[in-house]
Amino acid sequence: MTSANAEPLLLARNLRRVYQSRRGMFGAPSLVRAVDDVSFDILPGETLGIVGESGSGKSTMGRLALGLETPDRGSVRFRGSPMPMPSTAEWRTLRQRMQMIYQDPLGALDRRLPVLTQIREPLDIHHPREHHGNQVKAAEMLARVGLSREQGARYPHELSGGQRQRVVLARALMTGPDFLVCDEPVSALDVSIQAQVVNLLIDLQTELGLAMMFISHDLRVVRQISKRVAVMYLGGFVEEGDADDLFASPLHPYTKALVSAAPQARSTNRHERIVLTGEPPNPANRPTGCAFHPRCGAAMPRCKEEAPALVPVGRERRVACHLYPAATSDQTRAA
Amino acid sequence: MSDRESHFVALDELTVSFDGVRVLHGINLTVSRGEAVGLVGESGSGKSVTWLAALGLLPGKARIGGSATLEGVELIGAPPSTLDRVRGGRIAMISQDPASALNPVISIGKQIGETLALHRGLSGIAGRAETLRLLDLVGIPDAARRIHAYPHEFSGGQNQRVMIAMALAGQPDLLVADEPTTALDVTIQAQILDLIQTIRRELGMALVLISHDLGVIAETCDRVAVMYAGRIVEEGTTGALFDDPRHPYAQGLLGSLPPLSGPRRRLVSIPGVVPDPRLLPAGCAFAPRCPKRVSTCDSAIPTLGVSHPGHRVACFAEEAVVQEQARSHGYAA
Repeated sequence: MTSANAEPLLLARNLRRVYQSRRGMFGAPSLVRAVDDVSFDILPGETLGIVGESGSGKSTMGRLALGLETPDRGSVRFRGSPMPMPSTAEWRTLRQRMQMIYQDPLGALDRRLPVLTQIREPLDIHHPREHHGNQVKAAEMLARVGLSREQGARYPHELSGGQRQRVVLARALMTGPDFLVCDEPVSALDVSIQAQVVNLLIDLQTELGLAMMFISHDLRVVRQISKRVAVMYLGGFVEEGDADDLFASPLHPYTKALVSAAPQARSTNRHERIVLTGEPPNPANRPTGCAFHPRCGAAMPRCKEEAPALVPVGRERRVACHLYPAATSDQTRAA
Repeated sequence: MSDRESHFVALDELTVSFDGVRVLHGINLTVSRGEAVGLVGESGSGKSVTWLAALGLLPGKARIGGSATLEGVELIGAPPSTLDRVRGGRIAMISQDPASALNPVISIGKQIGETLALHRGLSGIAGRAETLRLLDLVGIPDAARRIHAYPHEFSGGQNQRVMIAMALAGQPDLLVADEPTTALDVTIQAQILDLIQTIRRELGMALVLISHDLGVIAETCDRVAVMYAGRIVEEGTTGALFDDPRHPYAQGLLGSLPPLSGPRRRLVSIPGVVPDPRLLPAGCAFAPRCPKRVSTCDSAIPTLGVSHPGHRVACFAEEAVVQEQARSHGYAA
C-alpha cells in the first residue's frame, strides 16, 4: 500500500531471487524462482505478516528484506537508501537497525556461553569500551523479556524452548533496531508457551515502536500479531490486505482454502472445509500461467496461459486472480 | 472399570517409569469399537508414551504397571507371539514423520506387501492386487506405476498416505495416529484428516488421535482426553470439552489459541513451564501454574471425578468432583 502518508521504513520493489539447483551430481541445472516479482512496503511500527506453505518462498523473502541475500532483480530500500552490499561496512552498521529471529533458538545461541553474556555481546561489539554500561543494559533487557537474573547466568541447554526464544529476542533488541524479521519464531513451541512469547512480542513492539515482518505458516499467530498480511504461493503474493479483513473474507481461492483448512477447536466456529486436490507445487517445475491453477476449483482456460497480476480490489486489498479484475466495484462481496 | 469387557481397548491405572522416574501416573481410558478418541496435551505430557506402553513398544528399561486390555486380553507383559498378532493386525500405529518410518531402500509396494504377507497371508498376485487397492483407497494417483517407487519419490503428504495404506493392510480394528499431520502443510493436513475420516467411516475402524493441535482433535474425534504431566486431567465429549472446558489447564490451552475471526484479544497464556517429571510438586502437578489454586492443591492430587454426565475432571476447584471424592475419600497417590 503506497497510499499511506508516513514514509515507509522498508520499500521493496519487484524482488526476484532465483536459485540454481541440480538433480544429482551430473544433472542439468534447473532454475528455481524462490521469490518472483514481489513488491511491498512496511511503515515504521507496522507488522506485515507473511503466510504460506513450505516452499512458497517466505523465508527467502525475509532474508531479502534484511539484505542477507541480494535480489537478482528489484531493490530493497531502507529509510530511503538502497540496501548496501553484504559484508561491507555500511551493511554492518545497518545490522544494528534490523535484526532477525529464527525458529530454532538453540541453533541461534552459543552453547558455551551463559545467556546474559550473549545478550550483552551485540553491545560489546558496537561499544567495546562501555563494559559496565553494557552489562547494566543487558540485565535490564533480560528482565524486560521476563527472565530472572538467575536464569541469565544459565547456559542455553538449561533453559526451556520458550525461555531460549526470549533470550534470542532480548539479544536482537539490544542494539535498538527499528525493524525485526521473525521467521517462524513460535512454531517449535507448545501452545501455552507460544501464547507467552506472542504476548511478549506484541508488548515489545508497541513499547519500542518496532516494525516487523512476521513469517509463519500458522494463520492464527499471524493474525494475532500483524496489521497487514500477505499470502504467498510459489514465490509470489496471491493476496494482501488488512489482517482481520483478509481472514474474515478471503478473496483468492488459495486464501479461501487456507483459511478454511485451519482446524477450529470450538464448534461454533466450525465451517465447511475446502479440501484442495493435488500436491503442493514444485518450485523447480512451475505450472504455466497462474501458479495455483492446477489445484484451483475456479480455474478458467485463461488461468493456464496468463499469470494474473496483483491488483487492488476494493480499498485495502490486493489480489492476484483472474476472478478479480482490477476494478473498484463491489466485487469484494463475492466472498 | 467394571464393564471392561464391553470396551474394545481399556487402559486401567497404566503407569510408566524410566530409570525410577515416573512419567505416566495411572491412566484410565477406554476406546469402544468404531469410536474416535483424541489425546491432547503439550510435549512431555505422556500422550505418546501411553500408547507405546500399551503396545509394548517402549525400550526395555521402561517399567510398566497397571493394565491394558484388548477385548479383555491383557497386553502388558504379554508374550511376543500375542503382541505380534495385536500390533499391525488388531491395532496399527502411524507416526508423525512418515519419511523416517518408511524404509528408504525398499519400494513402497514391497513394504505394504510385507504387512499383507505377515498379517493376512497374501502374496504374489493376490498381494499385489490388494496393495493396489490400498494405494487407491488412500488416494495415491496412478497406483499401478507408483507401486515400484521409493519413499523419496513421494511428497510428505503422499508418504503419510502410504503409511496409512500400510497401517490398513492388516485390517486393524484400531488405528493409533500419533501427530499424523504435524509435519504437513495446512492444506495437506486437511487432505489427510479427510482421508482418515472417510476410511474410518467406511471400515468402521476405531481411532486414537494423539495431537498437540486442539483444532485437529476437535474436528476429528468424538471424545477427548486432555493430558498434563502424565495424567488425564479432563475427559469428555468433544463438543462439551472444547466449548466449555472445566479444568484450568484445558481452559488455559484453549485461551492460548489465537482466534481466527472476531475481535483480537490478548492471549490468555499459562504462566510458567511444564514441570520436570523428576521434580513434580507434591500436590496437583498443575498447581504452580494454576489461577484457581486452593490450599488443597498443594498437598493432595485430584483424581478424575464426574463433573456432569459423561464428563470427568481432576480438579479441586470443580465442586461436583470434590463432593464425589469426599464421599469416596479416595485420594490416590
